Amino acid sequence: MNETQPGQGGRAGDGGPQLTRRGFLRKGAAAVGGAAAVAAAVSPLRDLPGDDLPTFEKFFQRHYKEMTPAEKEAVLRRVEREVKEREGVEVRVGDPPPLTGVEFVYALNISRCIGCRKCVHACVKENNLSRSPEIQYIRVLKMEKGSIDLETSDHHYDPPVVPEHDSYYMPVQCHQCKKPPCVKACPVEATWQEPDGITVIDYDWCIGCRYCEAACPYWARRFNFAAPEVPAGQLNPDMGYLSNRPRAKGVMEKCTYCLHRTRRGRMPACVEVCPTGSRKFGNVLDPDSEVSYILRQKRVFILKEEVGTVPRFFYYFDERGSRYHEPIAPVEPGTADGEAGT
Amino acid sequence: MKRYLTFVWDCVRLSFVGDWRYHLWMTILTVVALLGLYAYCQQLVHGLVTTGMTDQVSWGLYIANFTYLVGLAAAAAMLVIPVYVYRNMHLHDVVVFGELLAVAVITMCLLFVTVDLGRPDRALHLFRRFNFPISMLTWDVIALNGYLLLNLHICGYLLYCAYCGRQPARAFYVPFVFIAIVWAVSIHTVTAFLYVGFGGRPFWNSAIIAPRFLASAFAAGPAFIVLTLQIVRRVTRHRVTDDALFTLRRIMQVAMIINIFLLGCEVFTEFYTDSAHVASARYLYFGLHGRSALVPWIWTAIAFNLLATFLLVLPASRALRTLNTACVLAIVGIWIEKGMGLIVPAFVPTPLGEVVEYFPTWGEIMVCLGIWAFGLLLYTIFVRISVPVLAGELTYEKRYGVQAP
Ligand code: SF4
Ligand code: SF4
Repeated sequence: MNETQPGQGGRAGDGGPQLTRRGFLRKGAAAVGGAAAVAAAVSPLRDLPGDDLPTFEKFFQRHYKEMTPAEKEAVLRRVEREVKEREGVEVRVGDPPPLTGVEFVYALNISRCIGCRKCVHACVKENNLSRSPEIQYIRVLKMEKGSIDLETSDHHYDPPVVPEHDSYYMPVQCHQCKKPPCVKACPVEATWQEPDGITVIDYDWCIGCRYCEAACPYWARRFNFAAPEVPAGQLNPDMGYLSNRPRAKGVMEKCTYCLHRTRRGRMPACVEVCPTGSRKFGNVLDPDSEVSYILRQKRVFILKEEVGTVPRFFYYFDERGSRYHEPIAPVEPGTADGEAGT
Repeated sequence: MKRYLTFVWDCVRLSFVGDWRYHLWMTILTVVALLGLYAYCQQLVHGLVTTGMTDQVSWGLYIANFTYLVGLAAAAAMLVIPVYVYRNMHLHDVVVFGELLAVAVITMCLLFVTVDLGRPDRALHLFRRFNFPISMLTWDVIALNGYLLLNLHICGYLLYCAYCGRQPARAFYVPFVFIAIVWAVSIHTVTAFLYVGFGGRPFWNSAIIAPRFLASAFAAGPAFIVLTLQIVRRVTRHRVTDDALFTLRRIMQVAMIINIFLLGCEVFTEFYTDSAHVASARYLYFGLHGRSALVPWIWTAIAFNLLATFLLVLPASRALRTLNTACVLAIVGIWIEKGMGLIVPAFVPTPLGEVVEYFPTWGEIMVCLGIWAFGLLLYTIFVRISVPVLAGELTYEKRYGVQAP
């Protein structure tokens, strides 16, 4: 280690010990010990799942907006292949483009919502959300009558039947803001707003810094703290690249207004499943759409308007009191109506 | 070039040489750093579930430590101000130690951000699509890395000149010193802006955060250096005068008082208004809906800070023992306040009013300790190298018997 260069004289000052046999052995032992300690420290990496290591192709995959059509096609097929290999299920991964002249908005009738959480679980199924750990895009808040203070809301209400007396319900999901702070926050542009108003995430680009999650005033974003798990039999095979295709651990996700359905003319799963018709969805640029009518005619309000993100998600209530609905049992995960059923 | 390589090689060699205390200290740090690496590898395999973070509290100890350390790093370089601007030569010796501290600490900052990433394998995406100037995080990336490079250049240049036995050319480092001073303010401010810019987090959404960052950094930074300098002068032959320590004490006095004043302003605004926005502050200071994990922490921090300030303004802190006590109190107090006290409560309650508490896991704590150990390891090596080099004991000439050209 301490070779002196010939002809340059002795070493002065702060020299190390001379190269003796004993010194050499001691250094050798220290080096071996050090290497062994480092090896032990990184030993957990043995269990690193194989698909966590990016292949050459994945590592150099370009940002969604920079991909050529051919590259995108290859990526879509690759995702299909990966699901097939991992889960043994044939799926179709598409990438429907935003439709011109369309801007989606959502309207939710809080005088009708009975808090049954059917939307929550329909969303879980439709969007292949992780069952363990549990991820849900929609949070239904039970509110005290006479208050819109979110802090007094109950997130984990669990009565035998809903609706409960003296409460109303306010489901919250991504509001697809027109001025989305989450998009501003992202350092790598992994999340952006599409022309039809939907804010999407490229799950292959997100670095998992969770800055967007801190920025969102509606608590709409969900992070994959662990590898998401969906039983193969329950996978929804109709997938979109920017929406419900399988996510990896360590990336962000959120509601996309079911863009793989809605950009093809269908309704979001939560709208379809709602037993009370509280959920309305459509194109606000079309004056004849139901949502346009609601925005014109109903008593509409925006949650937390003061944060100024200009949501595309509206709450409204009926003029003449709420329509009566027979009490029903709420959906609980694992019951016939929930996870395993239908 | 060859001379530069021998310089690097001598530095590496030197960092393995020392007496038994040095070896013991370095071994302990290495072991802790490796334990941290072990915990991090586990986190890589299982994901961030190994931490206590959740969708509700999505940032925890990692970002808390990061925030604290940014302050420490900035303060280190600001010690330069009195030397170059006011020609206070008491501090001249300590400048290089301050800047080396900045280098070690910024390295720790970058490590803390990296371990917080869900997909560190994609960190290079920053180079391929950089959301500048919209995302404050990109500003922080630039500010921190720029600061690291500046300080590396200044320290590296001064040490290398000492090694070659020549006088450093002012043009090569004085301009950078001044840039570094301004830059130090910027790393603070940018890091504060990381938090204050969002309407959805009222606890952070306050203009006072950035000035408080500066004030507390000016207290914690010098406190750390006061302790370091005393260790340096005990275990090496490097002489540090008491006057230098007392200059630092004066900086701390002012900074602590301003910090406490700003804290008072903040507490008053929150609690006197008593609007819905006070929820996070109430959670922090008194607990909310029966959840009060942070309450003992923040009151400890406040007690420590008050006590430290009290000790510092007393003439008694001209005695080193009192001064050291005050320094330790300030370092710990500000660590709690800037870390747990600033980051975590902003997430409680969530924007939808849910109260979920954050408890760091052992894995997470191990990773943090590992990074701290690694940072101390780096700093120890830096000091180990720079003391003999600056003292002119290790130069090219002495090593190889030829005068450096
Ligand atoms: S609700 Fe949150 S996630 Fe959705 S667009 Fe707005 S800020 Fe982004
Ligand atoms: S978590 Fe992903 S999407 Fe969110 S800010 Fe970070 S990189 Fe962007």
